[in-house]
Amino acid sequence: MSLSDNNGHLDPRALKATSVKATDPASPADEPASLKITSASADPKMFMLPWEKPLATWPSDLLVNLPRGISRHIVRFVRVGDQVYAMKEITRSVAEREYELLRQLQKLNLPTVQPIAVVTGRHDDQGEPLEAILVTKHLRFSMPYRALFARTLRPDTAEKLIDALAVLMVRLHLAGFYWGDVWLSNVLFLKDADAFSAFLVDAETGELQINLTEGQREYDIDLARTNIIGELMDLSSGQLLPPDVDEIEVGNRLVDRYHSLWSALTDTDNLNPNEMWKIEQRVNRLNELGFDVDELEMNTTDDGKRVLVRPRVVDAGYANRKLLRLTGLDVQENQARRLLNDLDAYRASTWRDGEDLEIVATDWMREVFEPTVRMIPSEYRAQIDPAQFFHEVLDHRWYMAEKAGHDVPMPVAVESYVRDILPTQKLDSKELDELNAEADSGVIDEQSTYGDDTAHDDDYNPEYDQDAAVWAQ
Amino acid sequence: MAEVIFDHVTRIYPGNDKPSVDDLNLDIKDGEFLVLVGPSGCGKSTTLRMLAGLEEVNKGRILIGGKDVTTMQPKDRDIAMVFQNYALYPHMTVADNMGFALKIAGTPKEEIRKRVEKAAEILDLTEFLDRKPKALSGGQRQRVAMGRAIVREPKVFLMDEPLSNLDAKLRVQTRTQIAALQRQLGVTTLYVTHDQTEALTMGDRIAVIKLGILQQVGAPTELYDRPANVFVAGFIGSPSMNLNTHPVVNGKAQIGADTMDLPKEALDKLTPEDNNEIVVGFRPEDASLAAPDEANAFSLKVVNVEDLGSDGYIYGNIITDDSVAAEQTSMMSDQNKLTTIRVNPRVLPKVGDIVKIKVNPAKMHLFAPSTELRLN
Repeated sequence: MSLSDNNGHLDPRALKATSVKATDPASPADEPASLKITSASADPKMFMLPWEKPLATWPSDLLVNLPRGISRHIVRFVRVGDQVYAMKEITRSVAEREYELLRQLQKLNLPTVQPIAVVTGRHDDQGEPLEAILVTKHLRFSMPYRALFARTLRPDTAEKLIDALAVLMVRLHLAGFYWGDVWLSNVLFLKDADAFSAFLVDAETGELQINLTEGQREYDIDLARTNIIGELMDLSSGQLLPPDVDEIEVGNRLVDRYHSLWSALTDTDNLNPNEMWKIEQRVNRLNELGFDVDELEMNTTDDGKRVLVRPRVVDAGYANRKLLRLTGLDVQENQARRLLNDLDAYRASTWRDGEDLEIVATDWMREVFEPTVRMIPSEYRAQIDPAQFFHEVLDHRWYMAEKAGHDVPMPVAVESYVRDILPTQKLDSKELDELNAEADSGVIDEQSTYGDDTAHDDDYNPEYDQDAAVWAQ
Repeated sequence: MAEVIFDHVTRIYPGNDKPSVDDLNLDIKDGEFLVLVGPSGCGKSTTLRMLAGLEEVNKGRILIGGKDVTTMQPKDRDIAMVFQNYALYPHMTVADNMGFALKIAGTPKEEIRKRVEKAAEILDLTEFLDRKPKALSGGQRQRVAMGRAIVREPKVFLMDEPLSNLDAKLRVQTRTQIAALQRQLGVTTLYVTHDQTEALTMGDRIAVIKLGILQQVGAPTELYDRPANVFVAGFIGSPSMNLNTHPVVNGKAQIGADTMDLPKEALDKLTPEDNNEIVVGFRPEDASLAAPDEANAFSLKVVNVEDLGSDGYIYGNIITDDSVAAEQTSMMSDQNKLTTIRVNPRVLPKVGDIVKIKVNPAKMHLFAPSTELRLN
């Protein structure tokens, strides 16, 4: 991502991201008279889906029961071939806009869900128009935050989610993306070694600009803080939050983490010419935070006595890229760090310190990584990411060794982990149903989610709106 | 509550040479519901965002309640962005859903309860205060979200296309409710929309903006009855005003073989730049069918007719000298470019007929072609 000053142009990768241009709501082109699917995937099975039915009524054999986040609109996971897609029913202009934005963010290598299609021109059997559907790819192994709290996790889970969100926000802001709708429900989390990685899932109110103003960044941060505290208070009301978590403190942590990361990435250092080692220190610090420095700008002051240094272009995914180069594995940043450490340990333990890392890495893959992840039982393959499995087995092995007082071979650790730990991480179907019922209680445009004891306004007629009388009083 | 003042406000985006909002002067009176309306890219959202503190102001000042907020952070401005980004929390009661932000701000419990109860009464949610969102209907869920903004008791509500992600039914319902609620609360409100129907039905006053320049501010009827220029004339009203440019010959508009009298006061304002032409505008309901030999009427070739039961609409091409050419192009164009006349549906002509149309002279809108400004 570029940290350069405004040059008045959007990143060309973003400009050419998609053929979909959101309909101008001020001069709407006619709604397509028949079904229209603009898709980034060529799967013909997409055409076989029951587009003529409201999403809430799609037959359950098409659906995949995965935990959903809270949403204002109906969302369902649908199996299409060997993929799982998330479908969101929403007005056409919002669907097109969001698709366009997500395509742009993907081209900029930002962590978001992958847009697959916009489906417009839907009509039911009677020919009545239905809302459009935005299709995105379900992010494998990801969880909405509520699913992470449905199982008793460690007390620091909330803090770790916040840290991941802060990284996501900084990355989006550096790329010029104003979100306008930040809360944990608009994020999906992937386990990333001992931490989490956060992915944007909802860009309805977002906007990609050349640069953000401080006001836009501060508004996003303030909104995130308020919403997160609300979300934690909500978990607390449902007895899902460990009692010693202070919601407001966790919310404030986001503000602190965001600002410290932002300043690490963007501040200008003012150095003496004999303090140049501090530049290396800064670069190392950014590497530790998971960022590569692609370009550094150094200016001397007019009198030549000071040097001004600041990163101009930084890229997230420092360890990820290193591991990818060595092994072809594309994993989350902290997982990559953990795997690289294990690779180092392997090199040392096999007395091959002088050898090329690339060659050692090939052997490590064959002898260590692959045999381990092959032991994931097939019924868990959809739930745990191999790299995360590897990381957790390493942790488990360490605890086993500590307890036993000696080293434990990898196959023994894997077996014990699969037997004792893995089953405890799975949501049962009751927990899943509860979560999804909760997720639906924020929906504003689908009657099947409304409580039974309320007046349904199906045949709404403003002339006979009892509410309107109340409002006009 | 507070008055909002945009004082010579300009916003130029980096890399652009043209301002997105140019020297805007606009007052929103205390308690007023002002709708800012215009086509995409006209600067209306930029204007709202400058007031919210999301966009920098390059020139000029913005005041809220007499206080200069031009460089103030969004959270210090005491404004509420309504509907943009609300969330409902499933485990919290409706009361907690509305009041939690006050709790974060450290507002005393009794005060929170008081404000929540007051908001619930206005929103007709009192009986649900101790229930959870699950028990509510979609409209009620939306009102809880609205309640969250209300309990903060901000000086100004900002709404940026708040109905855009609602389906058509909810949109009409919510439109009525927002307008009624704003009047009841009396909180100064800036509402941005591209939809002139929303503007006409909701606003105390409407401000029309185009390409960053404010075109006209006034009550809905003022804008409808006396649009200040061609743009406002064409933008406000649905179906839109018929607007055509005609030569002026001997103090009359020459429309093909027909002529139409023009008021002297308007003719006097024409300048050489207008090249002896005038823009004549009239709304579909201000014209009617005329007898074949009637003076001050022009000929219209009927392209399409619609019978809506209560009203009938004739869509056609005004016959000017090169009537054949006009006819050919018209078949390709959509109805928006045709002249529209509202008539009694019992006397609808047939497609292909040529009819005479007269315009109520008191309801004629005349503009100068060079400046596009109103002449009468």
